[in-house]
Amino acid sequence: MSSGIPVIEAKNLSKNFGNVQAVENLDLTVCEGDIFGFLGPNGAGKSTTIRMLLTLIKPSSGDIHIFGKSLFSHRNEILRNIGAIVEKPDFYLYLTAYRNLELLGRISGANTSEKSIMEMLRLVNLHERAHSKVKTFSYGMKQRLGIAQALLHDPKLIILDEPTNGLDPVGVKEMRDLILMLAKERNKTIFLSSHILPEVEMIANRMAIINKGTTVVQGEVRQLLNGGRTTIRFTVNNMEKAKGVLAQSRWSNVVTHFDTTDIHLEVENEETAEINRFFVHNDVEITAIESTRSLEEFFLSITKESDNG
Amino acid sequence: MLQLLHIELIKIFSKWRSYIGFLAVSILVPIIQVAMYSEGDQYFVLFTQQLRQVFDFTGHLNNGYLIAFIVLNSLFVHIPLLISLVAGDMLAGEATAGTYRMLFTRPVSRFQVVTSKFLAALIYVNALILWMSVLSLGLSVLVLGKGELLIIGSKITILAQDDILWRFGWGYLFASLSMCTVASLAFLFSALVENAIGPIVGTMAIIIVFTIISSLDAQILDNVRPLFFTNHLVGWRMIFDNPPEISRIFTSAGILLGHAICFYIAALSIMLRKDILT
Repeated sequence: MSSGIPVIEAKNLSKNFGNVQAVENLDLTVCEGDIFGFLGPNGAGKSTTIRMLLTLIKPSSGDIHIFGKSLFSHRNEILRNIGAIVEKPDFYLYLTAYRNLELLGRISGANTSEKSIMEMLRLVNLHERAHSKVKTFSYGMKQRLGIAQALLHDPKLIILDEPTNGLDPVGVKEMRDLILMLAKERNKTIFLSSHILPEVEMIANRMAIINKGTTVVQGEVRQLLNGGRTTIRFTVNNMEKAKGVLAQSRWSNVVTHFDTTDIHLEVENEETAEINRFFVHNDVEITAIESTRSLEEFFLSITKESDNG
Repeated sequence: MLQLLHIELIKIFSKWRSYIGFLAVSILVPIIQVAMYSEGDQYFVLFTQQLRQVFDFTGHLNNGYLIAFIVLNSLFVHIPLLISLVAGDMLAGEATAGTYRMLFTRPVSRFQVVTSKFLAALIYVNALILWMSVLSLGLSVLVLGKGELLIIGSKITILAQDDILWRFGWGYLFASLSMCTVASLAFLFSALVENAIGPIVGTMAIIIVFTIISSLDAQILDNVRPLFFTNHLVGWRMIFDNPPEISRIFTSAGILLGHAICFYIAALSIMLRKDILT
């Protein structure tokens, strides 16, 4: 997926609105082919950052390079290769979906032939409503139209701010599949800001978590989730026996909880094999081992740490 | 740029509010025409009652030119409101709808977007004035015919039938400039706020306030009063003086043009610096 070639490089990016510091010395690197999850609690500065990447807001200080060029001196050239949805999909309500795409596409230098526009509307399953005015659309339909306008000019980089907002479960899955298809089959780089952490966990290969306008952590999703302590779930055949041997061992203080057949322990990565050997040595049959550290847990712990300074 | 201008015109003429001006003119002008056609002679006698003690009025004075002149006089009252409806919505409408985000993330500069919007508003203004001229002059002449134009103001001017048409031509051109200045002001307000009501109210308030200030007999205002654009909105009337004072007409046109340019530059400068938070 990721080629290692930086597509977005933001360095020491800051933005203040009067006395309010929305973003402070934020660093961000998104590489070609990434599906990059951009996470943070409400008010962390995600939208401000996205708006700065799209030149809607001027940074107070800092640099942004996209496709290796300065965003401020090559704005139009860069934006020609970016498709975006920012926050919510707003369109000219008095125009039809087709007309909206046609006008926005023409400004972006896209192919606005009827075939091309209808193809895009078919991709987001709005082809049957092509000639309906957008004011008659539901939020989910507008969201899908937002995706269509972001893709119409075939950009290399797609910035999606909460793209699954307002979509039903089927729509969410379709969106996930669409993002994966765009990254894998069409080699697009996806910058995805979302509050739905399992979604990001499922599709992103790299991510950044920001809090209070600053990057708290950034890197490979897999590495970040497995780094540090890990929650391991051991499924055992004989729970009573397992509890007994554990109680008399040094592992008793790392048990987080028991349920019917599972024991959950929070350990260092390298300790997993040692605990497994311990159970085997004490004749406790293990039927499954699973290392779990969900993005949700990670997100909560990392933002809490950052809040505590 | 032409592409953007075309798109802006499509947007203007896809909104029903853009037709309110055309509809209002299409209703107002025929009402005046019908009233003048059926009872115009009586009005004329009533209006010139005192003058008839001194002068004899002969000929076809209740004619199409008179109607066109009366309609042009109404320009100062009604048309600014109708123009503000559209010009005031050019930028504020995008903010209200949230479409700034779509527009300003395209590979075109803000300068191009704002300028194309400004030019589209000016084209709309000129289309409205053109429609008004077709209805008020063309239709009136067709229904009531031609004749001399009697203008009663601080002095009485009577223009010969063959000395009128060119004055209307220049008169409508000047009126267009006046209304473009009003549109520029509404456009400036549109850059400042995020709803379309503000620019309409703001524009009308400025026109009313400056008109009141101009009429105040205060010496302190003597030096600045001639620079108020509101004093020059009806500068087209000077074209109907006999003979017209060309230098005064050009001064008025220059002041209007200067204001329009200043309003545009101010709007552009605001938009170039604006953080899009909507």
